[in-house]
Amino acid sequence: MSIKHLSAVAVASALLSHSVQAKTEVEWWHAMGGALGQKVNEIAADFNAGQSEYEIKPVYKGSYAETMTSAIAAFRAKQQPAIVQVFEVGTATMMGAKQVIYPVHELMEDTKEPFDSGHYLSAVTGYYTTSDGKMVSMPFNSSTPVLYYNKDMFKKAGIESAPKTWKEMEQVSKQLIASGAQCGFSTTWQSWTQIENFGARNNVAMASNNNGFDGFDSEFQFNREPFVKHIERLQKWSESGIFKYGGRQSSGMPLFYTQECAMTMGSSAGLSGIQESMAGVDVGVAELPYDDTLIMKPQNTIIGGASLWALRGHDSEQYKGVAQFFSYLSSAEVQADWHQFTGYLPITTEAYELTQKEGFYDQNPGTDIAVLQMTSVEPTANSKGVRFGNFLQVRDIINQELEAVWAGNKSAKQGLDDAVRLGNQQLRRFERTQK
Amino acid sequence: MSSPVIFKNRYLPYALIAPQLLITIVFFILPAGQAIFQSAQLEDAFGLSREFVGLENFINLFNDSYYLESFFTTLKFSVSVAVLALVCALILSAFAEHIVRGATFYRTFLIWPYAVAPVVAGSLWLFLFDPSIGVVTDMLEWFGINWNPTLNGDHAMWMVIITSTWKQISYNFLFFLAALQSVPKSLHEAAAIDGSGPIKRFITISFPLISPTSFFLLVINFVYAFFDTFAVIHAMTQGGPGNSTSTLVYKVYNDGFIGLDLGSSAAQSVILMVLVALLTVFQFKYVEKKVAY
Amino acid sequence: MVERRPLFRIFCHVILVLGIVSIALPVWVAVVATTHENSAFSTSTPLWFGDLGFSVFRDLLSNESTFNNSSLPITDMLFNSMIMALAITVGKLSISIMSAYAVVFFRFPGRMLAFWMIFFTLMLPVEVRIIPTFEIVTNLNMLNSFSGLTIPLIASATATFLFRQFFLTVPRELVEAARIDGAGPIRFFFDILLPLSRTNIAALFVITFIYGWNQYLWPLLITTDAQYYTIVMGIKQMLGVTDGIIEWNKIMATTIIAMLPPVIVVIAMQKAFVKGLVDSEK
Repeated sequence: MSIKHLSAVAVASALLSHSVQAKTEVEWWHAMGGALGQKVNEIAADFNAGQSEYEIKPVYKGSYAETMTSAIAAFRAKQQPAIVQVFEVGTATMMGAKQVIYPVHELMEDTKEPFDSGHYLSAVTGYYTTSDGKMVSMPFNSSTPVLYYNKDMFKKAGIESAPKTWKEMEQVSKQLIASGAQCGFSTTWQSWTQIENFGARNNVAMASNNNGFDGFDSEFQFNREPFVKHIERLQKWSESGIFKYGGRQSSGMPLFYTQECAMTMGSSAGLSGIQESMAGVDVGVAELPYDDTLIMKPQNTIIGGASLWALRGHDSEQYKGVAQFFSYLSSAEVQADWHQFTGYLPITTEAYELTQKEGFYDQNPGTDIAVLQMTSVEPTANSKGVRFGNFLQVRDIINQELEAVWAGNKSAKQGLDDAVRLGNQQLRRFERTQK
Repeated sequence: MSSPVIFKNRYLPYALIAPQLLITIVFFILPAGQAIFQSAQLEDAFGLSREFVGLENFINLFNDSYYLESFFTTLKFSVSVAVLALVCALILSAFAEHIVRGATFYRTFLIWPYAVAPVVAGSLWLFLFDPSIGVVTDMLEWFGINWNPTLNGDHAMWMVIITSTWKQISYNFLFFLAALQSVPKSLHEAAAIDGSGPIKRFITISFPLISPTSFFLLVINFVYAFFDTFAVIHAMTQGGPGNSTSTLVYKVYNDGFIGLDLGSSAAQSVILMVLVALLTVFQFKYVEKKVAY
Repeated sequence: MVERRPLFRIFCHVILVLGIVSIALPVWVAVVATTHENSAFSTSTPLWFGDLGFSVFRDLLSNESTFNNSSLPITDMLFNSMIMALAITVGKLSISIMSAYAVVFFRFPGRMLAFWMIFFTLMLPVEVRIIPTFEIVTNLNMLNSFSGLTIPLIASATATFLFRQFFLTVPRELVEAARIDGAGPIRFFFDILLPLSRTNIAALFVITFIYGWNQYLWPLLITTDAQYYTIVMGIKQMLGVTDGIIEWNKIMATTIIAMLPPVIVVIAMQKAFVKGLVDSEK
């Protein structure tokens, strides 16, 4: 080969390597710290290695709230990323900002990326879907509340199986206490588990407009009888020690870890963490209890967690990358791996089936409870999800009022009435900004 | 304001003050101006729709009984933190000043906690105060106290007060010590010859002489307790249980930065600015006059 | 030392030790935590060392990839924190001492207005007005840069206020004497005022360094480039676990590592304090 040829090869390879470097960069802001953050980096790296046109660049932006506020500040300064992870409470805010978001179904259509919303688990995607069935954001990490119970303590009290209904919760708790337990059960994320999911599980609406899905003029209804009765009995039980409140969010977990309480209600994604924290204790997972005076066959529960939103203001090349990345994320292998590694729900049926086929659920008992709880029935308007503006403030209000109830400062009815009144003020405020 | 002799120069003072002023205007006054503008608006998070609502945000706030409660909570909290942090630090520094051997050791250890990042400090104390696994909880049980900050508002209040105080003691200690060491030793020696003991000398000599520093620390501690403690509250109680630890600034932070209700949060900031402006004028007019220079 | 009473001295030591014990308790817990398996924290708070020894530190320093997900080595994060803390400290101290000097030792139109404007910045922490401030920083093109990280944080009234308080106590005679000697304002500043302010500068240096070192929200907001990650962001990232295990032992070990530079600064600055003590004793 002559020198001329050689240099031609060199030039060609230089050009090639140049084109490799000129991958279209797509920023993805996320809120996944710790081991999950490493997993996020792995997913992005695998995607980047699998094709040569796009480079997904994950950027950790702090807690959920910090990530969302960063993205909003960035949008106001026209520096927004192409993809941002937003927690479920921010859904209505994002959805309302039509000039900001690029809905997933539209994105997939515009970029000609094959996309069939039928492949997804409706119980998961429903939360992020418009009332006419269009997927707006891509579910990423979703979980749902389940009942965790201490099998060792159950055995000691001579109880065979986990309680299924709230009535059984009471009986079982009494038996447990009689056998030496200090408390029957506790809960985490009280608004999510005891209000939002109490409504979904028993097919009762917590607000008008199909729990806020159909418009901004919704009114809260969780001061109606079923909710009042539920909170009333929890209040009664917290006096007798059957129920013990452990604080906001998941700060009540030590009550379960230290075996003070024999049961707790929490995110299904927390299982591996619980097992690690309670080495040597046999922990079981069961479906969230339902109220058999309200419903015979319980409904599915509502998810929590976060989804990925595409933001406008980038060029079409970048959106092609976003679309491809979303497809990649939805693929059975990636989803199954994510589901198994993190404990979050799979978002497609294929991923669930693949996990089943791989024998994961048999090797890790309890990991499939959440999926079964979500998929055994068709979601109704009351169990599809909730969508409220200023939802973060509303959850604060619910926390605040419920704490007043647990402390015995207010009756259940009074607390819920106040929460509904203050919550509605937040909804009205939000409604006025959505024109 | 009493003041030392004055230099005369037409341009130098402006040159000296210019950098500080420039940064203040760009990064503080301008955003504060924006807050005033926003306080009269109802706006969505992204700034897409904006409606002029006049004083509505303010009226809503003053009709909200929880917001009004926050004033009292803030007062209780700030006074407790400022007083506790100042008193503890003053005591420690007064004793530390007497020590020659091991001084470095003591000082280093008293400053050390200050170096813990605030995010970690909040989590650490939360550990210690946890009703199920906390060490402090165990100790309190000895005294027959059934510690439960998740439901008992007073307990929650003590928890955030202690944590916030803890973060500030080192700071105060450092400045008190610096001030005490600048008190001329000759004064002490003279008084010692007259037969007055260390405590009396501290009260009659050192304390009056360090009053400018004390005034400085008083202002700084109030500002700290008022403004810089929302992160602790956010990490530990989120304003709960009920509404019992929700201070004014925590609410601004929570409604604005976390909850993204910019109008209401801006209105709250404006109320705060007015409040602090009044307090500052009061402090300088009445307290500083009593301080000896 | 004025005092010659051994009992009193012992009393002093006792009080200080008690103070240290209560103040350092959380730090102690952090140190102890690094020697335990992570599961030790879910059911109790260990108060004595576990059996892991230094292995957590060793893992942290040798295997950076499991430590944070920006894959930035811990030493780089320390370096970033150091630059940021030093820039903020030096910037803050210099502009504050200058403006306090102007306000106290000069009379000029707008003097009080300027002082009040600066004093006003004591209020409203950056988190509260963060969105408008972010917009300004973007307009100035300072995102993802060390200048954007530091400059907005160097204006704070604290230091100005302290220097003002201190300058007000400088005896009139001293200034008079300097003037008689023919010293102008600049020479007076460097030859007399600066040495006099030594203890205050040292105290402020420590405080400001730690303030800069512990910044979290601001760097998080204005950087999207992992190369600017600071050590506190690294810690916070390990804490930011939503569903799952928080690795307390690693977090505490990182916290200890992150505490060392500020502690070194404290020790280094001791000299400024101690010297004052020794000088007046002679």
